[in-house]
Order: sequence, then C-alpha cells, then structure tokens
Amino acid sequence: MIAARLPVALQAAFTVLVTAFLIVPAVMSMLAGVTVQYSRGLSSGLTLEWVVEVWTLYSDTILRSVLIALATLGCTLTIGVPAAYGLQVTGGRIARVIEEIITLPLAIPGLAIALGMIITYGGVGSFRQSSLFILAGHVVFTMPFMIRSVMAVLGVIDLDTLDESAASLGASRWQRFIDVVVPNAIPGILAGSLTVVTLSLGEFNLTWMLHTPLTKTLPVGLADSYASMRLEIASAYTLIFFVLLVPLLAAMQFAARNRATRGRQ
Amino acid sequence: MSSRMFVALCLAPLLIVAAAFFVLPLARLVVVGASGPDGAAAYLAILTEPRYRESLVATVILAVATTVATLITATIVGLFVQRHDFPGRSVLVALLTFPLALPGVVVGFMIILLAGRQGLIGEVARALTGQRLVFAYAAGGLFLGYLYFSIPRVILTIMASVEKLDPQVEEAARALGAGAWAVHRDVILPALVPAFIASGAICFATAMGAFGTAFTLATRTDVLPMVIYTEFTLNANFAMAAALSVGLGIVTWAALAVSRSAAGTSVAAAG
Repeated sequence: MIAARLPVALQAAFTVLVTAFLIVPAVMSMLAGVTVQYSRGLSSGLTLEWVVEVWTLYSDTILRSVLIALATLGCTLTIGVPAAYGLQVTGGRIARVIEEIITLPLAIPGLAIALGMIITYGGVGSFRQSSLFILAGHVVFTMPFMIRSVMAVLGVIDLDTLDESAASLGASRWQRFIDVVVPNAIPGILAGSLTVVTLSLGEFNLTWMLHTPLTKTLPVGLADSYASMRLEIASAYTLIFFVLLVPLLAAMQFAARNRATRGRQ
Repeated sequence: MSSRMFVALCLAPLLIVAAAFFVLPLARLVVVGASGPDGAAAYLAILTEPRYRESLVATVILAVATTVATLITATIVGLFVQRHDFPGRSVLVALLTFPLALPGVVVGFMIILLAGRQGLIGEVARALTGQRLVFAYAAGGLFLGYLYFSIPRVILTIMASVEKLDPQVEEAARALGAGAWAVHRDVILPALVPAFIASGAICFATAMGAFGTAFTLATRTDVLPMVIYTEFTLNANFAMAAALSVGLGIVTWAALAVSRSAAGTSVAAAG
C-alpha cells in the first residue's frame, strides 16, 4: 500500500513545485513593488513611494491602455456580435471560409501582422501616429475570441425556432436581433468581452511594433521599465498591471463556473 | 428588409475591418518580402543564409525542447489535479492557470526575478554553495520563460482530456491484474495522445512566435522573432524582415493546422 501511495505523493510534490515556479515570482514582484529596498528585503520596510513614482512616470500609458481596451471591446461588440449571428445563420462553406480568415491572426505571430500594417499604413502619418493604429491591431487580434465565444452560445440554442416565432409575432429583423438573439447570447458576449479586455490590456507583440513615443501602452511601458528602471519601479509597475488584471481573471473564472453549473442542470 | 440583406449587413463591418487591417497588410507583407535586392529568392534566405538558418534552427530546438518539457510537466500535474479531490483544489487550478493572461514581457520579468542578478535562485545558490547563479539572460533563462507561459495552456487541455477518459477501461485493466504503472502506460497515456498532439502543436507554435519574453531577457540566443525585429528596426531591411516573418507565419500556421486536425481547437500564438 505504501508503494502504491508513493507515486501519488511524488506527483503532489511535483504539482506544488510547478505551482511555486508559476506563482512565487509573481508574488515576489508584487512585494518588491512596495518594498523600500529590494536587496535588503521586506525588513527595509513597506512603502507606496514606488507606486507613486510609477504613476507620475507612466500614468499616461496606463490610461491609454484602459481606453484602448474599452475601445477594442466597443468595436468587437458592435462588429463581432452581429457578425457571429450572421456567420451562424449563413453556415456552410462561405461561413467556414470567413471564420478561417478572421481566426488566422491567432495563428500568425503578432510581429508579422504588425509589420504588414506598418508597410501598408506607415505612410498615412496621422493614422500611424495615433492610438487608432494600435486599436486597429487590437481589434483584429481579439475579434476571433468574441466571435467564437458568441457563436459557441448561439450554436447550442434553437435560433431558428426562436427567430421564427418572433417573426410570426410581427417583430422586424432588427427587433428580433436586439430582443431575441442578443439576450440569448449574453453568456457568450460576457465571456468574450472579458477575454477581449484582458488580451487588449496585455497585448505586446503587435503593440510594440505599432506604438510611437506618444502612443505607449502599459505593456510597452513595462518593457521600457524592465530595461531601464530599478527593480522596485519595474515591480511597482507590474503590480499595477496585476491589480488591473486579477479582477478580470476572477470574473472570467466566475463566469466559466456559472456556465458549467448551468450546463450540468 | 429581406433576410439575406440583413445577414449581409451583419457581416459587412467584419469583412471590411478584416480586409483593411489583416488581409491587405498580409498581402502587402508577402509582396514586400519579394521586393528586396534578391527578389523572391529572399524567401529562401531563411534556409540558405547561415545567420538566418542558425536562428531558425536555434528557435526550432528551443520550441521543441519547450514542448517536450511542457507536455511531461503538464501531464503529471494535470493527471494529479484532475484525479484527486482535496481542499483548495479550485484555488490551485486558478494559480496554475493565472500566468495564461500574462504578456511575454511580464513573463520575462518573472524570470529576471527568479534567475536574474538579484534573483531568488541566485540567492538560494549563494546560501548553499557560496556561488551566485545567474542564468536569466542565457539560453536557460529563455527556456524557463517559455516553460512559464506554456505550462498553464497545456495543463488546461490535459485536464479536459483526463476528465473525458472512461474510468471503466481503467477498472477493467486493473481487474485484469494491471498495476498502477501498467494502467498509466497502456491505458491512460495512449488515450491522451490526441491531447498531446493538439496541445503540443499549439505549444510549439506559440514558442516559435513568442517575442516579448526574449525581448525582455535580451538573451544572446537569437530567436527568429528577435532577428526579424532587428532586421526591421536596426537594419531597416524591410524586405528581409517581411520575408522572414512570412516564413515564421507559415511555420506557426502549419503547426496549428496539425493541432486542429488532431483536436478541432486552436489557441492564440501570442506570448
């Protein structure tokens, strides 16, 4: 019996080790961001000085990232939700080809997409130099997540029957979309929205190529601070990023669990 | 309004955005890739030019090593977490999957905190041996960083596949006298092969295209995305950068196509 338990104990120990590998540096960075002097450890005392300094140095990048994330969400909602419905209703080969093309940005490194965008629009100065350029990249990159998430929900409900009964009651196409399709797709819209905002906030591969000195985002600023700032400031900046990220992740887990329990009922 | 018309209106904005900001830029990229002094032959430079070929080989070796190590790690952890119920299990799963949302740059910083000049591993090594151990900026640090962002993704896939395994097959094997090891070797692991192929291909593609982690660590190992970046920004060699990134895109796309045919899913090649 002991021999049979031994592998399980090893497996448990290994699992703890892997979890530590993933979590310990994250905790270290959060602590380092509020420690007076990292090399002397926590005994040097706690301070918010570094967080304040990050705010004075980088607050514009944080605000820009939040705005871009919200704008990306707005675009993926207004473009993606109707499109998901359109793809679901169309079906067949045409829908598959469109879906294939719009999910391609997930299979191609952000670097390649960004290079293509710069080559194509680099000459359009006012667009190239504005945050809209980054927004366009984020919309292309996050769109497939919204569309798939909404399509996954639309795929399991009997859309045709709902749509026909609403039509027989005299609802117009537009009314049926707003009053029947959208409310039924809410779980997918919610999950997709959380993913889109999370991805946009953390997007680096595209953004590093697309940004200009005047359109730095949070991850761009992070890379900047990792290269040129003392460890405490880099950590405090990372801490701010975690503070933005963790509620989104918690909401995502909550939404996923909600859906799982509802699915079981 | 006819139904057809309405559906077309629903799809139109998506098609316009995809055409303007994805299809057109990608087409331009392919054209520009062939516009350098070597013409379309630039597409072969990734194989013929020693500098690019070495970078391609180094990147493939790193991506394969990451994939193998990640699959082994994630299988051990995924099997344990999915098969055992213990207090705090959902918290553990949340902790294991938390790094999924971290951009590559932040992953690089995590590795600096672990293995950098003021890193934890260095401190521990000094306490034990008197020698500081700093490897964040060498190939070892890059490998650790790639493991960091790969493990959470693969664990999720493995856990989902373990959940779907039919426990009756294992019971039958046990009833026929198979030990725990034999059940794993002959029943559980073979049943997980599709998950290994699917998540392994995603892991490989992600590692090939990853940019942020290498960027933060600025390692001496020149991975392909860093070479492309250098060609573009420092050397202003747009044509070569375009050709190389098209080549890289084809590799990652092909790996994900393998993954999808194995499992019908695909995940972002970001990181």
